[in-house]
Amino acid sequence: MEAVTINRRWCKGCGICVAFCPKQALVLEQEKAECRPEKCIVCGMCELYCPDLAIVVDKSLKPKKAVKGVA
Amino acid sequence: MAVKDYIRDRFFPHIWCPGCGHGIVLNALLHAVDELALDRSSLCMVSGIGCSARISGYVGFHSMHTMHGRALACATGLKMARPSLNVFVPMGDGDATAIGGNHFIHACRRNIDITAIVLNNQIYGMTGGQYSPLSGPGILATTAPYRSIDAAFDIVNLAMGAGATFVARTTSFHVKEIADLLKKAVLHKGISVVEVMVQCPTYFGRKNKIGGPVEIMEYFREHTAPLGSKKLEENPELIPRGIFREETRPEYCEEYAAIVTRVRE
Repeated sequence: MEAVTINRRWCKGCGICVAFCPKQALVLEQEKAECRPEKCIVCGMCELYCPDLAIVVDKSLKPKKAVKGVA
Repeated sequence: MAVKDYIRDRFFPHIWCPGCGHGIVLNALLHAVDELALDRSSLCMVSGIGCSARISGYVGFHSMHTMHGRALACATGLKMARPSLNVFVPMGDGDATAIGGNHFIHACRRNIDITAIVLNNQIYGMTGGQYSPLSGPGILATTAPYRSIDAAFDIVNLAMGAGATFVARTTSFHVKEIADLLKKAVLHKGISVVEVMVQCPTYFGRKNKIGGPVEIMEYFREHTAPLGSKKLEENPELIPRGIFREETRPEYCEEYAAIVTRVRE
């Protein structure tokens, strides 16, 4: 299950999510946004930036932070 | 509830151009409503005419699509009849300050509990890119081929001068700020005016050679600063963002209900 779901039918390929993703995890493929899950940190900014309401980010799938100080 | 539960998804994809800022404001508004967990049947969206007015058709609330510039007048009537409703009025810059300028200042003066959102894209997008009262001097538009010479209104000062009790400004780049300001605006008792500077890549961006939606949003990022920030202090020419006024004054519907009770006694 991917954290970022992109509705290709609603996406108009404006490139706003691609430009403002803090991790450059989004790209345009054939004028539609696509997510590269290996770079994605599930911050949810693309869901807020999308003017087409085409992106839904499931925050429950956010990777847990590594516990510091454990040997 | 999720955000998708607040929309009429049969009307999607919407009619706005690729990269239009209105979609970002709709998105932020739905997130604000979702975070406040408001009941859909307690919400009403009243809009006038223009690209921005299409918002009322996409939300799964009660909605009215009314006359050009008269959305606030219709919303005032609705709020008087049903004071329990949360009324939102999305307006474009022309809708709010040109055609509906009179309704706008009087709604501010009355302090009626309505959330007015001014989507300022500095141009009439739907009718083909004419300049609006918020374009400002030096702007290229289809009706100003040699650049506009008209000074622009400052929505924030206009609303404060007219007596609005909650006045805020942000831009489509600051997406979290839009949702935060809208949440505060909904909870505020009295008129709330939230100006959101949005991009019109099709007419404003192309005519003025700024570029596409990303370039205009980058312009917003670089040319605005939060109120009270060091950045604004050092660069006073930047456009300030944030809450300019938040105060309490008697609300119109409550005053009206009080007078009805008094006369009946």
